[in-house]
Amino acid sequence: MSRDREQGTPVRARVCPGGPLLLRGADEVVDADGRAHEVTRPVVAVCLCGATGRAPWCDGTHARIRGAAPGRS
Amino acid sequence: MHLPSTRGPVSEAVIATVRSGDAAPPPPADLDAEVLLGEDVQLALWVAHELGYRGFDDATPDAERDVDLLRWRHAVEDELEQHLRASTAEAVASAQEQGRDVADRLRSLVDDGPSTPLARHLQRHATREEVLTFLRERSVYHLKESDPHAAALAHLDGPAKVALAELLYDEYGGGRPERLHSHLYAEALEAAGLDAGYGAYVEEVGASTLLSNNVMSLFARQRRLRGALIGHLAAFEATSTDPCRRIAAGIERVGLPDAVAAYFHEHVEADAVHEQVVLGDICGSAVAADPALEDDVLFGAAVCLQVDAAASDVLYAELTATPARAAG
Repeated sequence: MSRDREQGTPVRARVCPGGPLLLRGADEVVDADGRAHEVTRPVVAVCLCGATGRAPWCDGTHARIRGAAPGRS
Repeated sequence: MHLPSTRGPVSEAVIATVRSGDAAPPPPADLDAEVLLGEDVQLALWVAHELGYRGFDDATPDAERDVDLLRWRHAVEDELEQHLRASTAEAVASAQEQGRDVADRLRSLVDDGPSTPLARHLQRHATREEVLTFLRERSVYHLKESDPHAAALAHLDGPAKVALAELLYDEYGGGRPERLHSHLYAEALEAAGLDAGYGAYVEEVGASTLLSNNVMSLFARQRRLRGALIGHLAAFEATSTDPCRRIAAGIERVGLPDAVAAYFHEHVEADAVHEQVVLGDICGSAVAADPALEDDVLFGAAVCLQVDAAASDVLYAELTATPARAAG
């Protein structure tokens, strides 16, 4: 994430209730195994539910397990 | 693209006007729902709207501003809007009573929306020919993916405008022409041995797919309906990841090349992002800036869910009612 910081563009993150973490301005996301995944789009959704099939990115699976996910009204 | 074949008296009159500029379109007097939603009127409306996208090689140069054509379109669009407001009123009223904010209410609409067996069928049972039929049917929209929704950029301001620009930047390739989503779809068609030409399969799609395309243009062409346009985008994105995942699996199951599935894999990941951006950052910000927009945001979302499920159901019925077609 350092490059964007040096350029003065802040990295911003927003937690979506019951969904992923929206991340803007990052260069890469390091997963639980220490592997770096390059960010190739202006904003990415990082899985928070742990059930994605495309880790570390969200693939919408949280919607199918929503009954068990916290934060949904 | 050339003007399509006519499908009845209304499309015949509209296409004649577009081609020559001197034939008067029919007055759309007392269109009952069956006629309004039928393929003759829906094709005519699609042609009239298309003049504002890529247009037709054989259209008269200023057909887009033909006053008779605009008057006809105005009347049909009003009839269509009236019909759609009535048919979605119950779903919208139910969503209005849910949640804390517009994102919650959109989510509730999507959760309670109609479900369709099409994606599951494509994933598990469809033949290769059925998958190709699906790809042709969806090409009418995916070859101009996001172009209708881009109209909302000019209608919005502030954080909602910024978030829509961010989403569109991704849809339009993020600065890389080879990643333009409509281009990815064209590559998918080519890899599947199909015609990737813009509008190549308009001739073979039915009224429900034309309607699914026309509602986007209906919302896009009137600033008054900007709330419905972003609501439509919200429902579209929020119902995309699961079907795209299933469709990609079906494409791989029937042995089509990787480039065909690639479009759908891209949309699993992209639309998981876009869903969050459109619910919170586009619709949430737009409604925060102008609370009067919210009812139309829900209306547009309900229309998307209704007409897209109907189009999927029609295609599913076609795929499962007839034996797989021969190639082509």
